[in-house]
Amino acid sequence: MAKEHNAIELEKVVIKFAGDSGDGMQLTGSQFTDTSAFLGNDIATFPDFPAEIRAPQGTVAGVSGFQVHLGQVEIHTPGDLADVLIAMNPAALKANLDWIKPAGTIVIDTDTFDKRNLDKAGFENNPIEDGSLDSYNIIECPLTSLNKESIKDLGLDNKSMTRCKNMFALGIVYWMFNRPMAQTLSFLEKKFQGKDAIINANKKALQAGYNYADTIEALTSSYTVLPAHYEKGTYRNIAGNQGVAWGLLAAAQNSKREIFFGSYPITPASDILHELAKHKHFGAKIFQAEDEIAAICSALGASFAGSLAITSTSGPGLALKAETVGLAVMAELPLVIINVQRGGPSTGLPTKTEQSDLLQALYGRNGECPAIVVAASTPGNCFDYAYEAARLTMEHMTPVLLLTDGYLANGSAPWKIKKSGDMREINPPIITENKDNWTPYVRDPKTLARQWAIPGTPNLEHRLGGLEKEEITGNVSYDPENHEKMSRIRAEKIERVADNIPELKVDGQLSGDLLVVGWGGTYGHLLTAVNQLNIKGKSIGLAHFNYINPLPKNTEEIFANFKQIVVCELNLGQFVIHLRSKFPNYSFLQYNKISGLPFTIAQLYNVFNRILETETNG
Amino acid sequence: MAEKTTTELTSKDFASDQMVRWCPGCGDYAILKAMQNAMPILGRKKEDCVFIAGIGCSSRFPYYMDTYGFHTIHGRGPAIATGLKMANPELSVWQITGDGDGLSIGGNHFVHLMRRNIDLNIILFNNEIYGLTKGQYSPTSSQGLKTKSSPQGSIEVPFNPGELAMGAKSTFFARVPDTSPKLMTDIFVKAENHRGTSLVEILQNCVIFNDKVFGDITGKEVKDDAQIWLEHGQPMVFGKEKDKGIRLNGLKLEVVNLGESGITEADLLVHDAMDPDPTLHMMLVRMERPNFPVAMGVIRQVKTSTYNDRIMDQIKETAATSKYDSVDDLLNSGDTWTIN
Repeated sequence: MAKEHNAIELEKVVIKFAGDSGDGMQLTGSQFTDTSAFLGNDIATFPDFPAEIRAPQGTVAGVSGFQVHLGQVEIHTPGDLADVLIAMNPAALKANLDWIKPAGTIVIDTDTFDKRNLDKAGFENNPIEDGSLDSYNIIECPLTSLNKESIKDLGLDNKSMTRCKNMFALGIVYWMFNRPMAQTLSFLEKKFQGKDAIINANKKALQAGYNYADTIEALTSSYTVLPAHYEKGTYRNIAGNQGVAWGLLAAAQNSKREIFFGSYPITPASDILHELAKHKHFGAKIFQAEDEIAAICSALGASFAGSLAITSTSGPGLALKAETVGLAVMAELPLVIINVQRGGPSTGLPTKTEQSDLLQALYGRNGECPAIVVAASTPGNCFDYAYEAARLTMEHMTPVLLLTDGYLANGSAPWKIKKSGDMREINPPIITENKDNWTPYVRDPKTLARQWAIPGTPNLEHRLGGLEKEEITGNVSYDPENHEKMSRIRAEKIERVADNIPELKVDGQLSGDLLVVGWGGTYGHLLTAVNQLNIKGKSIGLAHFNYINPLPKNTEEIFANFKQIVVCELNLGQFVIHLRSKFPNYSFLQYNKISGLPFTIAQLYNVFNRILETETNG
Repeated sequence: MAEKTTTELTSKDFASDQMVRWCPGCGDYAILKAMQNAMPILGRKKEDCVFIAGIGCSSRFPYYMDTYGFHTIHGRGPAIATGLKMANPELSVWQITGDGDGLSIGGNHFVHLMRRNIDLNIILFNNEIYGLTKGQYSPTSSQGLKTKSSPQGSIEVPFNPGELAMGAKSTFFARVPDTSPKLMTDIFVKAENHRGTSLVEILQNCVIFNDKVFGDITGKEVKDDAQIWLEHGQPMVFGKEKDKGIRLNGLKLEVVNLGESGITEADLLVHDAMDPDPTLHMMLVRMERPNFPVAMGVIRQVKTSTYNDRIMDQIKETAATSKYDSVDDLLNSGDTWTIN
């Protein structure tokens, strides 16, 4: 271990690891995150990687980044600009130059700054030499060669040695931020179990990086971020997709239903499938289908058989699943459809985040086909809203679409571990006996949900289908009046879900000049900007929606308390369309961004401030 | 596997109260009756049987069976049936489909279902036409067939469902014409008793849009010479006088006359439905009029593990090695920290 060194205490810091997509930056960033979370920092992360697994080496298109924001104060976003950038090659520097704070620190692997790599990255001159980086604190480190030198005696081939350089870089950052290496060392042992030479090389590279940072004069001091002030409890780090998977497992346990999960691989949703595939022993049936349609259809078949049935996808996959969502609406069977949104239309931006599938979730089906739509807003509450989606679909016997996004799915944050026993009860309306000449479409007078009669139950044999159902009996009916009646019942059934969901809570001011409205994964950014303006004495509140259809019952009441409302979304204005249709008497301003990236707090702060000032002046 | 005991149920107990709405004279009536007759023989309880269908004339089938049923989406029956059977392996699952539903819009699901060997039965009503949409050529229509969408004749090469099944690693394939109700019932029973995906192709006549398309196979006058009924372990003999047979000549099948040129039964192929190697089964399903009789009966029946067997093995394996007994164990696993 290196000697004790003096560390400067920071309230919060943003670090970005960036390199070629083969440089192992995601792993490096995750390791730094896990170690920092374990030390008790509040954290938000944002992995930003190219759609291609290995885009051309050395090009800006191939840069893979991982941004970590850690603090002893509450952290709601991965941060706008980085305090520290680790640039493993010229392309990584090029891609991130606009995203470093003035006077920020840049660690550069000078070994990679040769003519060829500079050309590939699009630099005309070497930025280290031409003075263009003078305003930054540059740490020039021949990282590639130092790494090789440190592990040259271990008998590895050149390629395997090069693969360790991310650990050398991590060692430098661990020293800079005064982090212990123990967790990463034990992680390496697990990850490369049975490959002792690789384990030793990685460990040695990590330690060599740490020692190097401790030795060189370029780093005059290191920094530390003290633990955040959390409420009492046991915490862990959790990513959005993991939260979704675990929320579903908790819902299955609490509803005493087996999980059936039918899915087809698609970025950025596949990690939900991967996570659940590890936990088959909870009785979970995990099915990788031949296509998106088979994925949702298998789930619907399992729902008929009495399982908590789920399918997961991203935008293009949701388009393929639409017809089956319609069948679930008609057959009135429970089904959770998870859509991890990404940039669209078409294949769009598979690895980037966006909120542009909202209207598809609400309306993207043939016929009058209403569905419940909910959205998670933090990596941690992906757990809660997956659980909610499962609860609502079973209690109301109609499909639920759960929207998350690439930013939530891959981002992680500390999460206060829930107890499954503390979650709301789930009471599916399962019928086990035929009393009073039961028919499949008799309804609960309160919720209008029909009952779940599961094959294998005697005397409840019945036939479901996509043809219009006769009220009560469920027989096929082409009667015009019946169709009108059933269409209205299906709509009313969704509206009544509002009685079974919590009211909306406002952050910041409860009434005043400006209400910021958001939904889904933008919560952290919106909240931080609103909090900053509140501190400046501005009259501003935030209404962030997790229940999209139906909306919470107190929505209009909240809107009425503010002079102006601005709806902020990562699309061209979809939630605002929904709100305008529900509340035609209100006028809504919009702030939209559609670049595949999250909002930045600075952008939001300026937009809100401008609206507030215009109003004051006007 | 659930115990199968005979009950006092009769075929009538399996008929629902819904009026059957196929065209008069449609082959589907015979199939429905044959199925209702098979049910009491199988001895499963009504509540344990589920009929899943896609879209098309044949797909109305579940409405007429007094069991659980689901009339679903065009082509997607196999995927829905897969989820159902995975969720509850104890159910007796029947997937009803047609040549359009199963081989065209649902072709992808059809082949993957067989590849996985999900333990259910596919009943394929092959009438070589789209009936419900009023007469367009289907993926099994013969080349040259004139229909509303092919006024100059179809230019497409048709699928042979048996060939497709062999390519898709099917473990059970049988063929039967709708004109042989008793044999149909017998085949349904064999299909259900096979563990794995059982594909039964029924040559079904559409009286309205493709009448007598199988006339040269099923016609009373020709059927004995035009069909060969394959029985596992039996020599391949056919013909009204049982005087014809199939033998292997080099790498080809050929029809021979018993008694001619000294040919006896000993020269004929003996049907081995249980051979895992599908080469001969493939040759048998390809036999066509007029040079060959069309193969009927159980052509392939191979024992191997089902998808559910393999799932249950993995569930048990994970349970034995897992560190977590409950979801709460999982939530608290790995690196955690406590704030007091």
